[in-house]
Amino acid sequence: MAKELKLMKGNEAIAEAAIRSGCDGYFGYPITPQSEVMEYLMLEKPWEKTGMVVLQAESETSSINMVYGGAGAGKKVMTSSSSPGISLMQEGLTYLAGAELPCLVVNVVRGGPGLGTIQPSQADYFQATKGGGHGDYQLYVLAPASVQEMYDFVFDAWDIAFKYRNPVMILSDGAIGQVMEKLYVGDYVPRWTDEQIRKIAPWATFGKPTTRDHNIITSLELDSAKQELHNLKLQAKYREMEKNDVRYEEINCEDAEYLFVAYGSSARIAQKAIQLGREKGLKVGLLRPITLFPFPTKRLAELSKKVKGMLSVEMSAGQMVMDVRLATENRCKVEHYGRFGGMIPTPHEVLEAMETKIINA
Amino acid sequence: MTFNQEIIKPENLVYTKTKVLTDAVMHYCPGCGHGRIHRIIAEVIEEMGIQDKAICIAPVGCSVLAYNYFEVDSQGAAHGRAPAIATAIQRLYPDHHVFTYQGDGDLAAIGTAETIHACNRGENIVIIFVNNGIYGMTGGQMAPTTLIGMKTATCPYGRDVQLNGYPLQITELLAELPGTCYVTRQSVHTPAAVRKAKKAVQMAFENQKNKKGTSFVEFVSNCNSGWKMSAPAANKWMEENMFPKYPVGDIKVNGEKVIKNA
Amino acid sequence: MTEEIIIAGFGGQGVLSMGKILAYSGAMQDKEVSWMPSYGPEMRGGTANVSVIISDERISSPIISQFDTAIILNQQSLDKFENSVKAGGTLLYDPNGITKPPTRKDINIYKVAATEKSAELGMSKVFNMIVLGAFLKVKPVVTEEFIEKGLFKSLPERHHKLIPENLKAVQTGKELVETVNKS
Repeated sequence: MAKELKLMKGNEAIAEAAIRSGCDGYFGYPITPQSEVMEYLMLEKPWEKTGMVVLQAESETSSINMVYGGAGAGKKVMTSSSSPGISLMQEGLTYLAGAELPCLVVNVVRGGPGLGTIQPSQADYFQATKGGGHGDYQLYVLAPASVQEMYDFVFDAWDIAFKYRNPVMILSDGAIGQVMEKLYVGDYVPRWTDEQIRKIAPWATFGKPTTRDHNIITSLELDSAKQELHNLKLQAKYREMEKNDVRYEEINCEDAEYLFVAYGSSARIAQKAIQLGREKGLKVGLLRPITLFPFPTKRLAELSKKVKGMLSVEMSAGQMVMDVRLATENRCKVEHYGRFGGMIPTPHEVLEAMETKIINA
Repeated sequence: MTFNQEIIKPENLVYTKTKVLTDAVMHYCPGCGHGRIHRIIAEVIEEMGIQDKAICIAPVGCSVLAYNYFEVDSQGAAHGRAPAIATAIQRLYPDHHVFTYQGDGDLAAIGTAETIHACNRGENIVIIFVNNGIYGMTGGQMAPTTLIGMKTATCPYGRDVQLNGYPLQITELLAELPGTCYVTRQSVHTPAAVRKAKKAVQMAFENQKNKKGTSFVEFVSNCNSGWKMSAPAANKWMEENMFPKYPVGDIKVNGEKVIKNA
Repeated sequence: MTEEIIIAGFGGQGVLSMGKILAYSGAMQDKEVSWMPSYGPEMRGGTANVSVIISDERISSPIISQFDTAIILNQQSLDKFENSVKAGGTLLYDPNGITKPPTRKDINIYKVAATEKSAELGMSKVFNMIVLGAFLKVKPVVTEEFIEKGLFKSLPERHHKLIPENLKAVQTGKELVETVNKS
């Protein structure tokens, strides 16, 4: 595949990836710090290049339902927003999960609660990984830590979304959305033809041919016995994700005595902290979950038998740390270090936290 | 059985159900307008030969299960969101016939923003709006279109404007938007009204075929269960009370407001 | 080599675009780069800042709080960032509007009278490139050849005719920069 070098913001990389990955439709509503996604798309006019539809909706409620409509019709559709907007989308997300519709939702997280701040945060971890809306459901959640991953994960998202008929969330943050880094982009993947959609998504509502009964997309099943069966089917699907599609990265883990567990921006900061720690002779490493659901529980359980302690570094008051503790089952000390409300920890304070909370505790 | 076989011969056939309706037994109350409105829409789809391109968006309300009755590809929407869903599908499949089927609570209360903005963008969709002035499915609560003084479960002493504001004439409001091409109000309480209403639905789908923008067809209908009346009494009550507030007839045709003679 | 830079001033002084040109030029020279702006309402007429990292290695964190170099274009930014320069690091500032000059002795301090000079030459649009020139004289993290390439890549095509004027401004900055303190 031909690779072309670009310099782009994370938000722009999402938009460029949408166009190049054969996305059929983007529906969004402006909110800082992710407005560049739609701005970039409107400037690029992909409807002239690939036929991709781009529409500014009247609200996030509306844009997520536009995604529901498009996804139910077998198209590759997406939206992006930031925390307050994603909260507004929770209704749509539970319907999407209930109706088993493949789609991509990007959350460029900012600090909360409420209107909060526009600065980077990771305080939407629970919302993203524990359902978010009502009912028992899961999103497949990818956490990019670079502009390149913002781009690459859009392509990965379509594969997973259609493999499982499930919404995929890219859980990013204001820092990764706003930072500009080098990005290698690949060739254009053509949008699916009507014929391809009929094969890939035979369940979709693209118009009833005479050869089959009508297709129905819905999350409603009033018969409790049937609704329970539907729930069991969803749960089985989530177990499959846990079995087959967990992703993580290990940095300096081979000889590590102490482990940072961090994703997204925090993982970048932890990486710098490792550098500083290693200079001081501390054997520190990093386990970076790339998928937050499914979570790398198994790998963390293995590592918990090897290391003396783990520090979960998050731009939140301590959310992922709960999953780390569940995975390690008290086999090693697990603590949390976080800044929140839009504050970003420095590599120095992260290392210091490791020393005071784990190594010298 | 042999007796029936004798009767069921093509030459004896005086009426047949359109194939755009399924054989499922409808759950609507006897006397309710939904069945007739479903039939009109299905017949128009059959006559226009667009069954393979028609996509129905069902709401939350009494017609939540409409997708079980229309033999076309269908989606069930979250409460009020049907116009947003229809917007996306119509834009992704510009030659299809996407229509929403919504009640007064769905369209004019919780979904007001989606309704107004879809109409304001002039989305090339058909919106079918069934207005019976009450929340039927949840057991007869006040709707945005409930008349002043009308009793419901949540305004048991009658709708009081001090407490609940005024009945919302959303259809007139939507006619003001340049995005709407065709805005009309119909009823199905007499055979003559049904015939007229079918022409209106036909015009809506023809407009869509010619990509003229949003076509909006309101049906003023009864809810004899919710209104706690017999079906004939409900129809009479509708004529006497609903029609003065929600007069039947075209409001906007081909993008032009219809001037009513004084 | 890793150079971690903060550029800070008023919105409208070309702070973000200077950082962008620097980042593009680094990328053209096959270095790893990151460009992280301040964003949101604070940009509207207020102060603007951007951190730029240019490195030979993979950049771990684009979010930094201590800098090898601070390029400072107003008093608020000087107050905010003087103490964030690493010991032995560099502070470059434009004296225009500076009432309390930097006082640290453990860093190298330079000044460039870019506002004054650009007004004098009628080149106010390339003010930021004079500052960039001064920086490159003090810290040649990218070579001039790649600055030109960076300009081509970062400016929209309709502005490409302005590139010679921009390069001239870089030269002007190189000549104009003065040493204030050597650590």
